[in-house]
Amino acid sequence: MELTPDEEKLLESDNETVRKCMEILVAIGKIYGAERLVRIESAQISGISYKNIGNAGLEWLESLDAKVKVRSFMNPAGMDVKRWREMGIDQNFYEKQVRIIRALERLGVEVSLTCTPYYLDSPSFGDHLAWAESSAVVYANSVIGARTNRESGISALASAIIGKTPFYGLHIKENRAPEVLVLIDKKISPAIAGYELGKITGSAIPIVEFEKNISNEELKLFGAALAASGGTGMFHAHGITPEWKDFEIPDERIKIEASDARSDCHPDLIAIGCPHASLNELREILKLLKNSGKVKKEMWIFTSRKILEENPEIVEKIEKFGAKVFADTCMVVSPATERFECVMVNSGKAFEYLPKLRGVNVVFGDIKECVRRAVE
Amino acid sequence: MKIKARPISGGIADGIAVVSRNPVSFLGDVDPETGEVVDRSSDIFGERISGKIFVFPEGRGSTVGTYVLLQMKKKGTAPAGIIMLESEAIVAVGAIISGIPLVDRPEIDVLEVIENGDSLRIISGKEGWIEIDR
Repeated sequence: MELTPDEEKLLESDNETVRKCMEILVAIGKIYGAERLVRIESAQISGISYKNIGNAGLEWLESLDAKVKVRSFMNPAGMDVKRWREMGIDQNFYEKQVRIIRALERLGVEVSLTCTPYYLDSPSFGDHLAWAESSAVVYANSVIGARTNRESGISALASAIIGKTPFYGLHIKENRAPEVLVLIDKKISPAIAGYELGKITGSAIPIVEFEKNISNEELKLFGAALAASGGTGMFHAHGITPEWKDFEIPDERIKIEASDARSDCHPDLIAIGCPHASLNELREILKLLKNSGKVKKEMWIFTSRKILEENPEIVEKIEKFGAKVFADTCMVVSPATERFECVMVNSGKAFEYLPKLRGVNVVFGDIKECVRRAVE
Repeated sequence: MKIKARPISGGIADGIAVVSRNPVSFLGDVDPETGEVVDRSSDIFGERISGKIFVFPEGRGSTVGTYVLLQMKKKGTAPAGIIMLESEAIVAVGAIISGIPLVDRPEIDVLEVIENGDSLRIISGKEGWIEIDR
């Protein structure tokens, strides 16, 4: 990889954190054949939950000493920072989790604790980013047209501290071409369609034709599921996403018509907000609750601290129906989910990960179905 | 015998070779408490990699594997050095933050040349070298 003289100097820096971060970027650049580094506009750092990184990760983060060069966001933690007791989080976990957050804050990372940083400050078309959360990566690349690879928590943090990232993969236009054309039947929910498609196409980039109109929130759920069950960093949506016309339409085509991804367990928790709910989704939940009445099961809704604090009246009204609106975390990264038997989700991503990471049974239903089951 | 390789994580390491022909995930395949390979499908099931030069073709699995390597380093169960045919980010980043020397893409197929128990030295700086002392 070609480094500028200034970049070379960082490999010899007196600051061990800077030196290690540069070594990480150079190693990744070598491994993936990057010719150089590219400046980034923002970074988004995953691996925040104490549940995932443990003491080794916590102690490593606390050993770092540098400041991020670009705006940097934190992915969700393992608990709501204010209402952790209510979620059933114990004191030890709370203390360790707070130490992780403080360690990153000290480096200059914003305590955003969300998987939807694009709701806080949307990147622009063509911006280079180093984002780690797979659903945010797929949204930024596909829906916004920004450019980021699927970083790990550590490579995103290294990029944040250097202000650059290796120029390879989805940073390069040619590598963003679709490889397979997919028709999504109008009868299937976009979230579960993404889950089914990812299992077939893996890390390939699909161009998708939806048979019906689709909202940005549905694209978010679709992409999150696609990235979770598959591993791709982006998709194109015919007639919708900003780069769909820039490439030839691939010959290979498949159709997603139905899903057998149902399970018949009876939910004792209904969880919405993977990825974090937008203001529109909160409004939709409130509207559905107004039409159906008080919830009779545990119902948790996850959003970002920013959306929660900017919309206290909507949150208060939703909570009056008996649902809880938490911030900073979600059902996938929080150990709080583990005490339930069966969780109903409207998220294909949570559908993929909850059994694997939290050891619970899971059942899928769209947002209407989730509310219907919560009140019955 | 000296074999040229690509330096990925810097430093010098000496140790006895432990060679796996299967791709390795540090999350799940290795017990970080003991340094023992606990993946029953592994060809080196039951072997300890602590303090050795761990030779394997490639990595696989979750990015959490990065932190497992760091955890092993702190507990003293990590390998002294790593040689891979083709490295990827999970193991490479884990090696860098843990200060474990790592080289990859050796000029010849080391899985054919290196045997369990060989005395090895890894030199990973501007250039990368593997030395086999027989």
